[in-house]
Amino acid sequence: MSVWLWIVLAFVGMGALAWAGRWAGQVATSNAPRFRDMPFGVAFGYVFAAACIIGGIWLWFLPGAVFFRWAVQGFVLFAIAAFIFRLVFRHVGTAATKRLFRAMPLTAAFGILVIIIYAILAIFAGAIAPYGQSEILGAANVVPGGDPAMGGNPLYPLGTDQIGRDILSRLIYGAQNTVGIAFVTTLIAFFLGGSLGFLAATVGGWLDQLLSRAVDVLMAIPGLIFSLLLMTIASVWADGEKALLTVYMILIIAVIDSTRVFRLARAVGTGIVVMDYIEAARLRGEGMGWIVFREILPNAMAPLLAEFGLRFCFVFLTIASLSFLGVGIQPPLADWGTMVRDLGPFINFAAFAPLVATAPLMAAGAIALLTVAVNFVVDWMLQKSSGLKE
Amino acid sequence: MSTVLRIILQRLALGLLTLVIVSIVIFAAVNSLPGDFAQAILGQAATPEAVAAIRTQIGLDDPPVTRYLLWLYGAVQGDLGISFAQANFTTFTGSSNNVTVADQIAPRFANTMFLAGVTAAIAVPLAVTLGILAALYRNSVFDRAANIFTLSSISSPEFFVAYVLILFLAVLNPILPSLSNIYADMAMGDRLKATLLPALTLTLVVTAHMMRMTRAAIINLLASPYIEMARLKGMSPLRVILRHALPNALAPIINVIALNLAYLITGVVVVEVVFVYPGIGQLFVDSVKIRDIPVVQACCLIFAAAYILLNLTADILSILSNPRLRHPK
Repeated sequence: MSVWLWIVLAFVGMGALAWAGRWAGQVATSNAPRFRDMPFGVAFGYVFAAACIIGGIWLWFLPGAVFFRWAVQGFVLFAIAAFIFRLVFRHVGTAATKRLFRAMPLTAAFGILVIIIYAILAIFAGAIAPYGQSEILGAANVVPGGDPAMGGNPLYPLGTDQIGRDILSRLIYGAQNTVGIAFVTTLIAFFLGGSLGFLAATVGGWLDQLLSRAVDVLMAIPGLIFSLLLMTIASVWADGEKALLTVYMILIIAVIDSTRVFRLARAVGTGIVVMDYIEAARLRGEGMGWIVFREILPNAMAPLLAEFGLRFCFVFLTIASLSFLGVGIQPPLADWGTMVRDLGPFINFAAFAPLVATAPLMAAGAIALLTVAVNFVVDWMLQKSSGLKE
Repeated sequence: MSTVLRIILQRLALGLLTLVIVSIVIFAAVNSLPGDFAQAILGQAATPEAVAAIRTQIGLDDPPVTRYLLWLYGAVQGDLGISFAQANFTTFTGSSNNVTVADQIAPRFANTMFLAGVTAAIAVPLAVTLGILAALYRNSVFDRAANIFTLSSISSPEFFVAYVLILFLAVLNPILPSLSNIYADMAMGDRLKATLLPALTLTLVVTAHMMRMTRAAIINLLASPYIEMARLKGMSPLRVILRHALPNALAPIINVIALNLAYLITGVVVVEVVFVYPGIGQLFVDSVKIRDIPVVQACCLIFAAAYILLNLTADILSILSNPRLRHPK
């Protein structure tokens, strides 16, 4: 319990320091406005920031804090990479993209950069990965670095997993499987929810009521719980066919997530349906397909695109969670959720060799990094379209 | 007052109706299984006679509507049936004291509620305070850092946060236990200590969203004329926010808090599995893996009920916090 006492004491100490520092500033500068009007919160903020920086420097030079050093290095590296990326595209490309990149915050540039890297990894996984995803190569050794003294092999830079598959290759193939499956699922969810939502908005009446109430019921059950229930049933249906189970999973998650898309599409659609140009199209005698896909869809693109990003994050996290719980993407396909599940227990040995925690954290971090990146981009898009300033 | 009462009663009735329909959906989903329960219960020992005996025993020969009503009737009274694993166990040992699903769920349900309670007790004050601070010092370094930090923690999967916390707080610096070993008669302090790491994980996941919404709700109001007035008469920024902006921003804040507590219910499943916390989520996942249908059904119903209840609470609280509805003309 002494740890908590120290934390409280540290905060009290920082508060006292902030107070004293402000008072000293007031006395020394004989009440300059900067110190006279400084709220206590701001003074505390300065002290807190200073404490964070000193603590960071202390941690950096602590021999055991290898993960902290990696995190800081990764953060700085990515920040620099995002800055250069933005700088390059401010001068290369068409006038429109140049303008886009000029007004872009660094976080959004970071997001776009990460998404591009993931896309390249996912598409060319077969060419980039040194080994196959289910190739069993040698003895299990989760310590990265390939140091022979630790039982490693320089051929496998990130080590081999619990049954001797190359972790680096599996991480790269994971981009293909996990991201690819999540992307397909989101596409299906959007096609389903979007077309039904627009249909409900255009037709209205009993169809609208029926679909909306059905969606209400589906949304009343928490998503992950409902997909777990349906996966139980699907696993009986699939009867041990792993590929079939993955297909069922895609369909289940797509249907559950399409309810959210339906809500949005219907809300946006009802706003568009009353417009004059829809009336004109109706009078022209256009069919339902034309009205939905050629008239409503292009005008609802902006909110749907932002929703696509958010939805992708949710689907991606749901699939990762299902895989982590052991009912999602099935082995031997390499997948980050399953990798965390298999390699996670090694973290408990990190007290003896801190590096064994690398592999599970990298798999989980790969999931986190992509969702963070997509979220940054979506955040920027929403900010741009809403024009929110303060 | 009567309008408010009527609206609330309407919402309650709607919630109850939703729950009934959800129970129908769950029942229908489970009953779409190929083969039948009797075979599933007996597994490899399914001789035709035994299957027939079990079928009559648990009433599988009745039409689905009758079975649904019986199940619902039992569920309302707290009788959720007997789990397959337990039924198998008792047929093997020949003992007759059946442990029902309700007996299995009750202590775990209490554990889960304890975890959710600890999380809420940490997360809600933290999120609201941070949200107010972010609104107060908007567009400062603090606000930007908080924005990046919260976006990252919203985006991380629960197990990533959980393993990072385990690595730093349990393994490399053994402050807290990495496994939540909770048993029936534990001292409160030990129990709290064992629960703290999963609760911290959930806090990190949930706080971000609540904080962002608090900040957005307050900032939305800052452009209004009465805030301008308060500023012009020389009030301190903190007082402007606490006395003038916060009361009017309360409705969306309460709403988002209730919604996030509802989200906790989903998040709790993964976190309980990581920390081997003996809660209802762990039981649910285990039952999903061994296809223990009665338990899955019961857990699903409980999760759905809690989810609907919290959403309903959010609805009602946001009605109650709206003065225009509380004091009709």
